[in-house]
Amino acid sequence: MKFIYQTWWKVLAVAVIFYTLVAGFLLGVPKLPILHETIRNTYFHVPMWIAMFTVFTISVIYSIRYLSTGKEEYDLAAVECVNTGTFFYVLGLVTGMIWAKYTWGEFWSNDPKQNSAAIAFLLYCAYAVLRNSIDEEQKRAKISAIYNIFAFPIMVVLIMVLPRMTDSLHPGNGGNPAFGKLDMDNRMRIVLYPAFIAWSFIAIWIASLRYRIRLIEYKRNEIN
Amino acid sequence: MQLVNQTWDLFKKEIVLEWRSKYAFNGVLLYVVSTVFICYIAFNLNPGFTGTSGYPIVWNVLFWIIMLFASVNAIAKSFMQESKGRLLYYYSIAGPQAIILSKTIYNVLLMSLLSLLALLAYRVFFVNTIGDPLFYFLTVLLGSLSFSTVFTMISAIASKAGNNGTLMAILSFPVIIPVILLLIRLSKNAMDGIDRSFSYGNFGVLLAINAIVIATSLLLFPYLWRD
Repeated sequence: MKFIYQTWWKVLAVAVIFYTLVAGFLLGVPKLPILHETIRNTYFHVPMWIAMFTVFTISVIYSIRYLSTGKEEYDLAAVECVNTGTFFYVLGLVTGMIWAKYTWGEFWSNDPKQNSAAIAFLLYCAYAVLRNSIDEEQKRAKISAIYNIFAFPIMVVLIMVLPRMTDSLHPGNGGNPAFGKLDMDNRMRIVLYPAFIAWSFIAIWIASLRYRIRLIEYKRNEIN
Repeated sequence: MQLVNQTWDLFKKEIVLEWRSKYAFNGVLLYVVSTVFICYIAFNLNPGFTGTSGYPIVWNVLFWIIMLFASVNAIAKSFMQESKGRLLYYYSIAGPQAIILSKTIYNVLLMSLLSLLALLAYRVFFVNTIGDPLFYFLTVLLGSLSFSTVFTMISAIASKAGNNGTLMAILSFPVIIPVILLLIRLSKNAMDGIDRSFSYGNFGVLLAINAIVIATSLLLFPYLWRD
């Protein structure tokens, strides 16, 4: 846990994000049909999902650690990671929808990828409702940790596996251009991969701040 | 070996209890048949619907929606009907894995029987031609297996969190939506008589989801039952 109190990686993440903002708009991109210049949205849309996956994965790790040790802090970390992940989920969906408006013609065009993403959102809303329905702290922590671990693989199946099984308009599915070797060149990779890492660290930063606030509240409410 | 023995004993106990009261089975069967009948009457208010091109699609989707709600009702009971004292007794004589496994196996059996009877009743009221009856039948069996594995675990979680039906629906629907999407796609293929090789991929994904759900239930239930 020492890591979240250090400063260097936060500075680095912000610097890299400014680099991707500048480089993302200025560097050249391959000319692909349908996508054209909107391919630059890859730098802003996909990293949101990567950041979401990062914090959700961390949340599952902390849920597992909570179940094996029973320490309250781990539960707080898991919850705040889920909250941050949900925020990045919304950002990912919104950036995708704006892009879809200009590329597909509609904000929501009943695409399997969009629908699966919406269902995955329901999973994490259910997690929030489940937490609110239990008053007892330890019981709440335990049951929501179990549901969190249970929901994660289902979320992965929903977002990563199912849309690939059908014809989707989304790049990367159903033969549309995306990350494949043929579609992307190194000019894009030098922006995209740093963006993945930097946005993941920004998400971890936000989650760690929220976790620290929760921890202070928790300690102040403690009866000694 | 001990796990197998304990699971088998608990499973026998579930069957005997059900055989004595026949409450869950008859209750859900009546639920399914009356829902089918209500749908039948409601759709017959619009004469000529059976001939339209949308009819087979509605036929297929309606069947799965009826099955979804019937199975939520049937399986929600599996943990909620147990009294606190009886649960305590189980935990003193058997391991947690044996408890969740026996409940899951029992629910699979119950749901398979129910969905076959429901399919029969449904076909009596709603006439439709199925291109590949064997494959449709297999899909229905796989559907009842998937519903049982998912709902058993969710019912265990919901029963710990205050035993209410709303929570059961909220928690289980996002998990079951991918399953039901695959099932509707598979059964549509079977209904249209499309070559089976097109459906193997979806079949595999469905089995994989089941394997994930069973594995996570076995891993997580030991943490859930301790109070």
